[in-house]
Amino acid sequence: MSGVTIGVLALQGAFAEHMKMLRQLGVTAREVRKPEELDGLDGLIIPGGESTSMALIAERWGLVQPLKAWVGAGKPTWGTCAGMILLSDRATGQKQGGQSLIGGLDVTVNRNYFGRQIDSFEADLTVPALGAPPVHAVFIRAPAITGTGAGVEVLADLTDNAGQTVAVAVQSGPILATAFHPELTDDLRWHALFVRMVTESDAD
Amino acid sequence: MSKELNGHKNGQVEKGTFAVKAGLAQMLKGGVIMDVVTPEQARIAEEAGACAVMALERVPADIRRDGGVSRMSDPEMIKGIIEAVTIPVMAKARIGHFVEAQILEALGVDYIDESEVLTPADEEHHINKHKFGVPFVCGCRNLGEALRRIGEGAAMIRTKGEAGTGNVVEAVRHARAVYGDIRRLQTMDEDELFAFAKEIRAPYALVKETASLGRLPVVNFAAGGVATPADAALMMQLGVDGVFVGSGIFKSGDPAKRAYAIVQAVTHYNDPKILAEISANLGEAMVGINIDTLPEAEKLAHRGW
Repeated sequence: MSGVTIGVLALQGAFAEHMKMLRQLGVTAREVRKPEELDGLDGLIIPGGESTSMALIAERWGLVQPLKAWVGAGKPTWGTCAGMILLSDRATGQKQGGQSLIGGLDVTVNRNYFGRQIDSFEADLTVPALGAPPVHAVFIRAPAITGTGAGVEVLADLTDNAGQTVAVAVQSGPILATAFHPELTDDLRWHALFVRMVTESDAD
Repeated sequence: MSKELNGHKNGQVEKGTFAVKAGLAQMLKGGVIMDVVTPEQARIAEEAGACAVMALERVPADIRRDGGVSRMSDPEMIKGIIEAVTIPVMAKARIGHFVEAQILEALGVDYIDESEVLTPADEEHHINKHKFGVPFVCGCRNLGEALRRIGEGAAMIRTKGEAGTGNVVEAVRHARAVYGDIRRLQTMDEDELFAFAKEIRAPYALVKETASLGRLPVVNFAAGGVATPADAALMMQLGVDGVFVGSGIFKSGDPAKRAYAIVQAVTHYNDPKILAEISANLGEAMVGINIDTLPEAEKLAHRGW
């Protein structure tokens, strides 16, 4: 399909699922574990997993600064779940002592907003940017975005019984973030959306 | 912090589905799950990069040494560990002891290990794991055992290995048995699959699914005897999705350093230069036990069926 190459951060978590879906879309996909493996990529996915594990492993192999530089340079980046936490400028509910964040996405994210595993859930989301039918979304010990800065477009949100609305999918320029896991479903629309973002950025 | 989401504006919410149970295991892949017995150890594990911790009263090496009946841990201790860390917390219930499992679910643990490391409570029946909203991981020695556990509702599988020995040989045997059988399955026609399902005493539908996927239908970790970064990388190269480390960390000379090194080894399992770097200067590994000098009655892997 497109001539772009998309990397998937493969430090820990569900990176293989993203690789598979990118390949289904005909995109060249590559696992990224070391700083030099970012070279030549047109886009990057930071997958779901444990954000504390990923941050600690990234620190050990000198990946935090290159990832910050990557996002800072306006390269297309998509974070799912833990990846969304790492891309956010502000995170609450972190482990004692906090954790490294890559940042770049002007939002406040609440880690494990939806609770422990027993509260993990599936839901259908209406996402105007993707059209019909609704997206089936899998939320695993999921975070939520509780505050957004200027220029952040909310693609999907959820409202609980108390009337509290939180964002669960946002886009801000070249950054896409989802609190749920499109890579755990068969729906390729999110990956296709990101590939379009990468292709358009590549053409600029 | 539980949110009542039923009836929210954007569609209906469904909890406790197999997709969310198996999904958490998918998020743990490429990671290390560490046995801890105190909140302090849990914090050390989290700081070392563990993707989850297993809360238990005694690590398997101590269970072996002390003998006696080994049970679910004190709920107070499990609560302390849940409060100490933000990563998922697992806890062990005895094989067949569905009330221990109910208690663990009520405590809010993220995964229950129905474990042969504890003394079995039922010699015929494993827990019916479909009845729970919390997911279960179970041990296996071969493909038939793995698929029987999945048939009972397990959303994650691990090798049994031989826990508390610091000897990886049984984990290797179990992983090779599982993956060898999966490779054999892929060469079989449907007639042979029926016969094979009967031979390994596994549900036919799961045998067929495994054959078409070319892997287990759920995530599979190594467990039981992993003590060094090289052990962890060996299991990853054999095909497992991640690693449990029990006694191997907190029975070693420098737990924080060893834990951190094993985490790096699971990420870079295919890079011998990095493995050489992270394997250096870790201090004493746990002493370990040779399995062939271990009396049959003391082997834990025979528990469960």
